[in-house]
Amino acid sequence: MNESRIEIHPILGLRPERRQVTIHFGDRPLPAYEGEPIAAALLAAGIRVFRKTSKRGEPRQLFCGIGRCTDCVMIVDDLPGVRTCVTPVRDGMRVEEQDGRGRWERERGGGEP
Amino acid sequence: MSILEDGYFTLEEVLALPGCPSPEAMRGRRVAVVECGHELPCNPCETACKAGALTVGTPITNVPKIDAACCDGCGICMVDCPGLAIFILDLTRDDGRAELWLPYEFLPLPEMGEAVLLRDRAGSVVGEGQVTKVRQAKRFDRTAVVQVLVPEELAMTVRAIALRR
Amino acid sequence: MKQAEIVVIGAGPAGLSAAAAAAQAGAQVLVIDENAEPGGQLFKQIHKFFGASEHRAGQRGVDIGHELLEEVEGLGVEVVLDASVWGIYDGSTVAVASQEYSWRVKADRIVLATGATENGLSFRGWTLPGVMGAGCAQTMMNVHRVLPGQRVVMVGSGNVGLIVAYQLLQAGAEVVAVVDALPRVGGYPVHAAKIARAGVPIYTSYSVKEADGDECVEKVTIWRVDDRWQGVPGSEIELDADTVTLAVGLSPMAELAWVAGCRFLHIPELGGHVPVHSAYMETTVPGIYVAGDVSGVEEASCAMEEGRLAGLWAASAAGRLSVAAAVAAAAPHEASLARLRSGPFGAAARGGKLAMDGRRDEAWGQTLTRGGA
Repeated sequence: MNESRIEIHPILGLRPERRQVTIHFGDRPLPAYEGEPIAAALLAAGIRVFRKTSKRGEPRQLFCGIGRCTDCVMIVDDLPGVRTCVTPVRDGMRVEEQDGRGRWERERGGGEP
Repeated sequence: MSILEDGYFTLEEVLALPGCPSPEAMRGRRVAVVECGHELPCNPCETACKAGALTVGTPITNVPKIDAACCDGCGICMVDCPGLAIFILDLTRDDGRAELWLPYEFLPLPEMGEAVLLRDRAGSVVGEGQVTKVRQAKRFDRTAVVQVLVPEELAMTVRAIALRR
Repeated sequence: MKQAEIVVIGAGPAGLSAAAAAAQAGAQVLVIDENAEPGGQLFKQIHKFFGASEHRAGQRGVDIGHELLEEVEGLGVEVVLDASVWGIYDGSTVAVASQEYSWRVKADRIVLATGATENGLSFRGWTLPGVMGAGCAQTMMNVHRVLPGQRVVMVGSGNVGLIVAYQLLQAGAEVVAVVDALPRVGGYPVHAAKIARAGVPIYTSYSVKEADGDECVEKVTIWRVDDRWQGVPGSEIELDADTVTLAVGLSPMAELAWVAGCRFLHIPELGGHVPVHSAYMETTVPGIYVAGDVSGVEEASCAMEEGRLAGLWAASAAGRLSVAAAVAAAAPHEASLARLRSGPFGAAARGGKLAMDGRRDEAWGQTLTRGGA
């Protein structure tokens, strides 16, 4: 992948073997490893802005990294407010930069609210 | 001590530590230099030393003391020290160089024979040295030992290497 | 409703230790953790621990974590992951949310081992992508194997700041500076020495003035602070950095103790608001125990010893261990804790726990847990 990935570490050794999957950030396909959190795959791809705030449209990315602060939320497979630092990737997952609180309506056949 | 302001000991402070052998002791044999001068609850160095050269005792916050006459320079205290604060010094050579053993936990590892930059306690580059050996062992628990030749007069100054690549 | 003799909330070093001690005493233990993996902060600690050789000093945190986990699993403890405890009712009903549904478990005794959360520090630009907690950087590097940034300014020179700075170097990042508003390095001097000799400058009496960048950190300005913590204009130093990691203290995550009705004291040396507890690790709500950072921020080694104490005293109260047996079992852990808290670097924690002792009357009347058979 790229130099953000730590392939070999002096204490942790070789990165464990994991199946490679593809997630989509907007229209960019990104390589990811099965089981890793979305935020890790985005960091590895050099993505620095995860969302923009509601009032002033300011950029945000990560803060606590353990699912406590919600700084890292993005729209994942149409669902907004997903904590990317603790949500594992899945093959084919769609991740979008979240604008404010995101869209809460889902586009489905039944016109569900 | 300036270590609390800048993060590193001065040479004078190190020479005054109970874990630092006397200049005479340093000339006689390969020996450990324990650069630990604060009351930390810690005693793996004492446990590691099979020669009985290192004493921490009770309470375990005691600053480690070395009896250099007992030290055989084996280096196990150096790899076991959680603070990576121990170095092994061999000043017995007669070619104007000293051999320094450093605990090393970075990648890439230097290679035997490699020319490396030498850094002092403050991180300043003070010269160049040559790696003679790089050792790893299960017993060392992922702390490698890098043995490097340094100019003799820098033996108590150099405490790290930097790869040129 | 599910039943459990002892419910341990949190599968970090304190929680796993409590579970092991309680299970060893013969109690039926259920551990609940909101993460996908157990171990809490332990699996991020890739350095060798300090302390007494007789008590795991010299072992790397990650290895201690694996051993603890094996011990707990070997004792037949049930560990439920991806489950978030959101309430405690009547001191014994634990309400949990697992993915899509909520469930409850009735517990005889509860051990809260929920740890602590990183503090923030505000300065102009602190919300920019690239500014994060030091623990976040540690998680990304040591658990997920991804560098959070390439050129890092570390704020805070306590043990967390110094150790994570060293780990950033090990992971391949450049640590541009370590900055601390205090006039002295806060953590163990040997940790500072490791990074200083690697070329990392340590600026004491300095703070971050601002982080600048279009959409993310591109430049960080630090400046000297005077004895009233005010930045000194004209002392600015501009650093080329893309990441700022904040290691400015931890605060106990004690919300569950709060909702369960435990009394608190504000003890700054322990990290802020802490649930009042006895030497038996019991809070002011009978049957609810605390251990680890939630009871006062210290080291992982202290968390493990407190966990053992909480586990065995909870088991004793549940009838699994006589008071005499519990006292005997507790003794080595109390001795270990006293050793870990000794010396000048343990003064804050010692002072904090003593303050709690001295102010106990402020918070409760009951001071002794009731033993079992």
